Amino acid sequence: MTHAALHAAATLTPTMHTTGAFSFTWLLVVIPLTSATVLLLGGRRTNSWGHLLGVAAPVASFVLGLILFAQLIGKPASERSFDNHLFSWTFVGNFKAPANFQIDPLSISFVLLITGVGSLIHVYSVGYMAHDPGRRRFFAYMNLFVSAMLLLVLADNYLALYVGWEGVGLASYLLIGFWYHKPSARTAATKAFVVNRVGDFGLSLAVMLMFATFGSFTFTNVFGAAGSADHATMTAIGLLLLLGACAKSAQVPLQSWLGDAMEGPTPVSALIHAATMVTAGVYLVARSAPIFNVTPTARLAVTVVGAVTLLFGAIIGCAKDDIKKALAASTMSQIGYMMLAVGLGPAGYAFGIAHLLTHGFFKAGLFLGAGSVMHGMNDEVDMRRFGGLGKYMPWTFATFGLGYLAIIGFPGLSGWFTKDAIIEAAYHKGGTSGYLLGSAALVGVVLTAYYMTRVMLMTFFGEKRWAEDAHPHESPEVMKWPMVILAIGSVGLGYLLVLGSRFADFLAPVVGKAEDTAFKPIGLVGILTFVVMLAGIGVAYLQYGRRRVPAVAPVAGPLVVAARHDLLGDAFNESVFMRPGQYLTRLLVFFDYRGIDGFVNGFAAFIGGTSSRFRRVQTGFVRSYALSMFGGAVVLVAALLLVRG
Amino acid sequence: MSPTFYLYLSAILFTIGTLGVLLRRNAIVVFMCIELMLNATNLALVTFSRINGTLDGQVMAFFVMVVAAAEVVVGLAIIVSVFRTRRSASVDDANLLKY
Amino acid sequence: MSFPWLTVIGAVPLAGSIVLAGLPSARTKLAKQVALGTTLVTLALAIAMAVQFAPKGDRFQFTEQVSWISSFGVHYALGVDGIALVLLLMTVVLWPVVVLASWHECESTRFSAKSYLALMVSMETLLIGVFVSTDLFLFYALFEAMLVPMYFIIGSHGTSRSSYASMKFLLYSLFSGLLMLAAVIALYAVGPGGKDAFLYSTLQNVDLPVNDARWLFLGFFFAFAVKAPLWPFHTWLPDAAAESPVGGTVLLVGVLDKVGTFGFLRYCLGIFPGASHWFTPVVLVLAVVAVIYGALQAIGQKDLLRLIAYVSVSHFGLITLGVFAFTSQGQSGATLYMVNHAFSTGALLLIIGFMIHRRRSRGVSDFGGMQKVTPILAGTFLVACMSGLSLPGLNTFVSEFLVLVGTFTRYKVAAGIATIGIILASVYMLWMYQRTMTGPVAPAVEGAKDLSLREKLVIAPMVAVIVFLGFYPRPVLDVINPAVGATLQHTGNSDPPPVVQTATNGGAS
Repeated sequence: MTHAALHAAATLTPTMHTTGAFSFTWLLVVIPLTSATVLLLGGRRTNSWGHLLGVAAPVASFVLGLILFAQLIGKPASERSFDNHLFSWTFVGNFKAPANFQIDPLSISFVLLITGVGSLIHVYSVGYMAHDPGRRRFFAYMNLFVSAMLLLVLADNYLALYVGWEGVGLASYLLIGFWYHKPSARTAATKAFVVNRVGDFGLSLAVMLMFATFGSFTFTNVFGAAGSADHATMTAIGLLLLLGACAKSAQVPLQSWLGDAMEGPTPVSALIHAATMVTAGVYLVARSAPIFNVTPTARLAVTVVGAVTLLFGAIIGCAKDDIKKALAASTMSQIGYMMLAVGLGPAGYAFGIAHLLTHGFFKAGLFLGAGSVMHGMNDEVDMRRFGGLGKYMPWTFATFGLGYLAIIGFPGLSGWFTKDAIIEAAYHKGGTSGYLLGSAALVGVVLTAYYMTRVMLMTFFGEKRWAEDAHPHESPEVMKWPMVILAIGSVGLGYLLVLGSRFADFLAPVVGKAEDTAFKPIGLVGILTFVVMLAGIGVAYLQYGRRRVPAVAPVAGPLVVAARHDLLGDAFNESVFMRPGQYLTRLLVFFDYRGIDGFVNGFAAFIGGTSSRFRRVQTGFVRSYALSMFGGAVVLVAALLLVRG
Repeated sequence: MSPTFYLYLSAILFTIGTLGVLLRRNAIVVFMCIELMLNATNLALVTFSRINGTLDGQVMAFFVMVVAAAEVVVGLAIIVSVFRTRRSASVDDANLLKY
Repeated sequence: MSFPWLTVIGAVPLAGSIVLAGLPSARTKLAKQVALGTTLVTLALAIAMAVQFAPKGDRFQFTEQVSWISSFGVHYALGVDGIALVLLLMTVVLWPVVVLASWHECESTRFSAKSYLALMVSMETLLIGVFVSTDLFLFYALFEAMLVPMYFIIGSHGTSRSSYASMKFLLYSLFSGLLMLAAVIALYAVGPGGKDAFLYSTLQNVDLPVNDARWLFLGFFFAFAVKAPLWPFHTWLPDAAAESPVGGTVLLVGVLDKVGTFGFLRYCLGIFPGASHWFTPVVLVLAVVAVIYGALQAIGQKDLLRLIAYVSVSHFGLITLGVFAFTSQGQSGATLYMVNHAFSTGALLLIIGFMIHRRRSRGVSDFGGMQKVTPILAGTFLVACMSGLSLPGLNTFVSEFLVLVGTFTRYKVAAGIATIGIILASVYMLWMYQRTMTGPVAPAVEGAKDLSLREKLVIAPMVAVIVFLGFYPRPVLDVINPAVGATLQHTGNSDPPPVVQTATNGGAS
């Protein structure tokens, strides 16, 4: 398919003016924002009912989202884009940033994911945070997050998207550092924000470049003109967007913050650092499809980042003993798959987004399961201290197990549909790059099967390795049912989305569509995937199912040690950026004090010293003053005479 | 008699006055020498007035006289009070106002 | 002649400060009430005037003009354009807030409370005058007169450090002011002279020889660069900001320094457009260095007030960058940034003032865990920090992005380097927040009281402005845009057109 055709496919859809339900799109964002404001400004007065309001807000947005979705699919495919204009936000010369919300198939998919999974996690949090004195604050931040995330996906221009982009960053910062009294939590929060700012640097430069190139940064204008700009500019825009996406989605080389982000409460990890926020980078690339379509270089970069990260995350996941960090590494790896998919262009957009949605369900379910385990085990996170929990937490075990089967891509479950589709699409790309990308994805399957089986075995099977005061018990109903619903989604969503290329057709007006998107599960690649998956499970079983799991991590080779330390990402950042940065600032502070200020003070001292020497002329003897006056008069007269003569 | 002689006299008187101010230590004598300089100036002014045939010089001389009179009043008062406090009329002894 | 709004607005604080000076020293309470009342009346009058301002009308409105020294062509001439109006409003909003914030601080200086407040209130007259005068001579007179009260305010702690800081401030300002005086006199000499010699309207149209204009530009530029302050003329600011009472620091950093950047825009560009273009590369380099240098310095500081001072150096670099980008986005953004900076940095400084009041220390390491003890204080501080690092949705973001985008369309490299500042901003702001507000509670802040009602009243309007201007900067931009348009037209610039011409971006509006 030629670029021009892709390009046409992606921009054909005219944007409709809002009518009916769509003129209430803004409420999606405003409801949780209002709730967050009330909870934050209300203070202690709202403690008693704060969590109820906090749950009601995303649920209300979800209901509204469903209504909008129903309206949207009622329209013909070519008219499924609606703009909700509110006011003109910033307006200087050509620089026009409207406060607009846009509903189209891509954004509504995200709206439903964010508010749907978000509502479930909010409900779960009521139980999980029941004994935390800061529960109201927690719900305020969570609502703030939902609001910002919705703004991110509903924006109809890059600047408004950027507002949401940083808004979710703020919410993530606040929630990672929710237990701010813990030094580790506050450091992790700052780290997450700063790393994300590196990405924001890229995103904001991309917006500037768009403005300089197209005189606009609304999706319609930029996408409409994307084909007419020169290739270098478009590649630059694509790479800058990718930098933003890397930071937000914890992709190599900006991946280091995600592991530490697990310092936040577990529902936060489920909602923000698994299901929604971290996938914003994938959304950004998919949303910018018309830009990436015209620049194969940038697309290649996206796929490489995706492939590297999916292996990187998977390797880390194999070595982590902290259940949340193992899941975080897995998130990183799964988002690598999505990146890889959307980097493939029209052949992969729909699969990437579909995997994003299914991953949103099963990973959120896994995190909630992990939270449930921690809840029952006095907030223990070390899997070497778990074991044999399946009997004591049957519901958690069952839901976690379904999530596990989904993520490793067990045939029939949602992960199988979406992940296999990505692997196939990668091979389908052809050439050396397609072969390499596909193989990387295939290796990722082995590793995924290995580390997830490891998590499963260490947590729910084997003998008890608990701390003495542990009394594992099933979580209350309010936590159980969200897990159940997520588990149902983990099982069925893939079937719903991928078979008959339903979702691809739905998204086609936004991201374009390749000719051949039908999913063929029983091809060569499919069988190969299944086999390597079984191999991964088998190895893990031999290592952790058959043998006793030692309570302390055994001594291991250099690769395992490196993986335990996030493949030295932190060490790298520390030695390349942080320490030299610290030296630089210290040097500059010294330079400012001694150099610039030293020069100024030195100059002042020079003037002062000179004057104090001259001061000695004032002897106090009247006659010497008279003499100098006399001398002065003589000089004056002499000068006068000279000039006149 | 040529008026220039008055100018010579004026110059001589001024020089004497200047030397007195520069060389003598007694405040009263220094003071008198200043008066001498002022009067030498007066003499020159009046002479110029005469030479030019205008009244400007004479008017200026009157001004100088007024200033001199005022100066005498203030100056002598200062000298007397300095003498009272320091038991000396030497200008070199009153050198506190320095640096 | 219509009602002399500007004279009245300027005269009210002057009258207030005279009344304050005449009060008996013992009547502290009355003095505070008089000071607050005066500044509030000024605020009310300014708002009453501002609502009558017609953004699309003449460039200068509410003009007044009386001959002052006719032999030199000096006038008492006042008037506001959009830029001056928003800066005037910023000034009059900030003043009552600062007076309220200095409620206790004004009693702990070496002056009596009423003298301190009189100094503070008299400053308001001078700053209003600086922003609204349309006669260069009048501007210069007020520009220099500002130094007097500010000198005393900075030195009002009476310690040797504070007298060092105030003397440094005075010498820096006097020396640079002297260069400007020389330039003002020279401008009179080479300019048209006559009975309107110093009126801005005359000077704007004066045609100077190229070399003369460049030298005169330097004289003005230097004075404003010291005032702003631009790297490398900045070292007086951290000292002055740290040693002054916090209320004084807010006025110094928040308002007084804006005179420098305002001067760039109004006088350097207005009177010497050609020379401004000629010097642009140098100014851009200084500005970009200031952005990065100030940010790195801020990261390395151990004293909260010095930290904020360096943050301001970084932000002033951005403002200067926007002014000298010669695009409508850059200059409107820079003007908006002047206003926003006053509120975000003002809020930061005021809260740091509250913290100093509780802990009696300015050291970053002396605080810790305050979020647990004083959640409201910490919450407002977080909002201020987020505004300081230009979080979208808060005021500073709009202006910062406008400045960067306006610069980018003309000078890609400069804008690209300056954008690194947003990464550094997150480091200095969040690291400061992390060290002071989170973590284990420092022993010395245990039992500290949360914000009192007065302190809430101080900080609430600041936070309200921060949030409002973030969501809806249009009212301010609508006032600024025509004035910036006039400036750009005068300097002969128009926005660079987009590279790709399409139907949607070809036409204006």
